[in-house]
Amino acid sequence: MSIHFVVHEEGDSVGVVVVEGVKAGNTLTGWIMEDDKTIEITALDDVPLGHKLAIRDLSQNDTVIKYGVDIGRTIAPIHTGGYLHVHNVKTKRW
Amino acid sequence: MAVDLSKEMFHGYVRENGRVGVRNHVIILPVDDLSNAAAEAVAHNIKGVLALPHPYGRLQFGADLELHFRTLIGTGCNPNVAAVVVIGIEEGWTRRIVEGIASTGKPVIGFGIEGHGDHETIRRASHAAREYLQWASELRREQRPLVDLWVSTKCGESDTTSGCGANPTVGNAFDKLYGAGLTLLFGETTELTGGEHLVAARCRTPEIRAKFQFMFDRYQELVNRHKTNDLSESQPTKGNIAGGLTTIEEKALGNIQKIGRKCLIDGVLDKAEEPTGPGLWFMDSSSAAAEMVTLCAAAGFVVHFFPTGQGNVIGNPILPVIKLCANPRTVRTMAEHVDVDVSGLLRREMNPDQAGDALIEMMLRTANGRLTAAEALGHREFVLTRLFESA
Repeated sequence: MSIHFVVHEEGDSVGVVVVEGVKAGNTLTGWIMEDDKTIEITALDDVPLGHKLAIRDLSQNDTVIKYGVDIGRTIAPIHTGGYLHVHNVKTKRW
Repeated sequence: MAVDLSKEMFHGYVRENGRVGVRNHVIILPVDDLSNAAAEAVAHNIKGVLALPHPYGRLQFGADLELHFRTLIGTGCNPNVAAVVVIGIEEGWTRRIVEGIASTGKPVIGFGIEGHGDHETIRRASHAAREYLQWASELRREQRPLVDLWVSTKCGESDTTSGCGANPTVGNAFDKLYGAGLTLLFGETTELTGGEHLVAARCRTPEIRAKFQFMFDRYQELVNRHKTNDLSESQPTKGNIAGGLTTIEEKALGNIQKIGRKCLIDGVLDKAEEPTGPGLWFMDSSSAAAEMVTLCAAAGFVVHFFPTGQGNVIGNPILPVIKLCANPRTVRTMAEHVDVDVSGLLRREMNPDQAGDALIEMMLRTANGRLTAAEALGHREFVLTRLFESA
């Protein structure tokens, strides 16, 4: 089965889109690499290749988890399937 | 194809000190910016030698000057180099570099320009360069065990596909090569920010962990002292962000995939410092591609793994840089730069074990003489790290 996004670990909050042309409304299949299983999510936004979508609902000032580790904090709420990048997530360092 | 590393051999150039190179360069090494013109004139006269011009070497002092010497001497000592002609504006510092390289037993000679001028220096240096080149051209490769290979890694223009595909491929290969007793290197100090605890946990002893933490904290203090924002567009770079990486933490966690899951960190090195035994070494270094790869070459590494996402094009004059990429768009639009295409990982057509084996196979082919994409394209970025202003 072809996949549209990958997730490193089960508990992560994000998936990485690995195909070109993902549009809002598309039903996407994701591969959780660590557990070798798949999930389905509907994209809320257009997401470019290599960019991330939320795979669970996040409120403002939540910690974003990828690789099972803290990668920063949200500065706005993000819904499942929403585009997640520098406009709504910031580093906790520096 | 599963590679049985216990029986694997490669054909390399055995140098006077026993180290083994996979290239056979005769280099013309300027001590300073002023000597670039003469060095490049010699390389123009003698076809097949390589000049390594750079912009530094005057009025440096203290630790910055020590690093300059260590990098130039290390470059000359690298076993991918058969012989060296050093050219400097004055005799003293030129002699210091010649003596450093001579410790390996390889042919090396130096020329100071002052008192002679460019013409006379170029004439004498060209004569020496021709003799070295013809001598080196008769050296033959010999069969050697894999443990003689020193392999470094550093990623560049990373994106999220680096962390899912290309970097775990290096990690898989490193785990296998570590088990086979090779000497391995990684670095990029600021690019561990957010995952430094994971690297610290992999240090073999508390002493090694303390040294790693010292290097890491030192670099954090440098960033905090000079920063004017959160370093967005520098670390992560604008290219990283265009590729989907959002924060330094995310970039760091992708970066750390390169050291695999099994190998432990056996030692910590300062910039351009040579390891003293096999295992995985961390070198305190910049995360800028050409600076880091130049330091790897100066530390004596002979093959380099360079995973990229958005398509960094870097090479090095003496260290073959093997590029691997998992981004399907980059492997399509920048195919001439990619040695190992691992984009199948993101389509579930390839698993990390197969990707690691493909990289090791390309490492062996490269060690045996295959030119990398960067070598074929003439990428010879030689960039010296500076610690502070000249006097």
